[in-house]
Amino acid sequence: MNQKEAVIELQGLNKFYDKFQALKDVDLTVKSGERMVICGPSGSGKSTLIRCVNRLEEHSSGRLTVNGYELNEDTKNIREIRQNVGMVFQQFNLFPHLTVLENLTIGPKRVRKLSNAEAEKLARNYLERVHIPEQADKYPSQLSGGQQQRVAIARSLCMEPEILLFDEPTSALDPEMINEVLDVMVELAESGITMVCVTHEMGFARKVADTMVFMEDGEIVETAPPEKFFTNPDSDRCRAFLDQILDH
Amino acid sequence: MQIKRITTSLPASILQYLIIVGLIIYAAYSGSQTMGYNWQWSRVPQYIYEIEDGVFVWKEIPRGMVGTIILSAISFIIAIGIGLALALLRLSDLIVGRALSITLLEIIRNIPIIVLLYVCYYIFGRVFDLDRYAASVLCLSLYSGVQISEIIRAGINAVPKGQWEASSSIGMSKAQAYRYIIIPQSIRLIIPPMTGEAVQMIRNSAIVSVIAVLELTTAGRNIISDTYMSFEIWFTVAAVYLVFTLILSIFVSGVERRFATQT
Repeated sequence: MNQKEAVIELQGLNKFYDKFQALKDVDLTVKSGERMVICGPSGSGKSTLIRCVNRLEEHSSGRLTVNGYELNEDTKNIREIRQNVGMVFQQFNLFPHLTVLENLTIGPKRVRKLSNAEAEKLARNYLERVHIPEQADKYPSQLSGGQQQRVAIARSLCMEPEILLFDEPTSALDPEMINEVLDVMVELAESGITMVCVTHEMGFARKVADTMVFMEDGEIVETAPPEKFFTNPDSDRCRAFLDQILDH
Repeated sequence: MQIKRITTSLPASILQYLIIVGLIIYAAYSGSQTMGYNWQWSRVPQYIYEIEDGVFVWKEIPRGMVGTIILSAISFIIAIGIGLALALLRLSDLIVGRALSITLLEIIRNIPIIVLLYVCYYIFGRVFDLDRYAASVLCLSLYSGVQISEIIRAGINAVPKGQWEASSSIGMSKAQAYRYIIIPQSIRLIIPPMTGEAVQMIRNSAIVSVIAVLELTTAGRNIISDTYMSFEIWFTVAAVYLVFTLILSIFVSGVERRFATQT
């Protein structure tokens, strides 16, 4: 693990919304192939952090490098970086005017400039991997929440990214649909892709995470491997948080 | 309840409608009686068509109508271009672009169209060497363009922010996101108010008669100055406008329904 190169590096990262400081001096390193789960109470800056990584939010100060490229005002390379960094949103954000298949092919066709046939082959392949090949010609509004989120995962995969970010992917789902999405994510984790996942699904975290990160008030409070994190965390705040969510 | 059911039934509605229309016609008729107006409806058809040596020929009013349609159509197409450009400028990160767009919008929206026409014809016309027709097209497309820019801007703003984020997260540029994701979703919101703009355009186009560009209103004026049949000709001209804009409305509501059912 230690020999692997760092693909995401945050050094002293700060993010302000006017006066409010959402991220306070955050340092974090994600290595190639690492599966990191970030948890913490709401408003702790977890989403802000991963949204900074593909620059949906601009950090206020500090250094942020992705795949060796520093993210800053010079946004010329940002589109290339984003192609390598997939993002799955809490609210799915599928394109409602396009069919499932078109949702998947539009990126490969327009951004990666693949031919129609190549893009469609790719899309069908990834639909297969998220277990909904039969939904290709439907519109997103005709699918259940769990199916929509799996389409969204497939859409990210169609860009064949090296890093996949998940921003609370199951929080907007009805309880009975959470597992179908988590199952897909577990399978992905086994494929070796680098994953950074903001989630409260601790069962999932135990199963796949190499590294657990606990955030509170814009700071990283604890970083540990899951064995230690769940049994014997260093900080009291982390222990209190785990007690609260694991009781239920 | 019983009474309401009777008054809102179809035959009753038609009857109410006929009574109101009848009253309006009666008022116009009795008004013209007191003026001692001499109705000459029989002279109107010769301004619509004529049979010359056994050949059917369209006359001034239909020709004027064709003029109105062409003028409105050209101006409307340019207005959409202006509207889209202004809306995108307004939504851009360029401070100068935003300022320019807002300034133009506020100026044009807040002056009477006839003043804008004079500016286009007597000032821009002299400076850029525009003839009457070009000045008219400029005036109409500017006037309508700023309204359209607001419609387009509202349509674009109504698309959820997550759509932008999803587009950027798969590496799309801003232009690609607009083209493939945002604009296609805005269209459905933009089409209905655009109909209103198209109807407005046809009505506004009458203003160019003050600089004698040939269209329906100009044709009407010319006939009246020859014949003094003000009432007959203006009623006819109004009816032609009405028929034309109604057809347009019906056509567009059909288009709207198609957009509404496909999701």
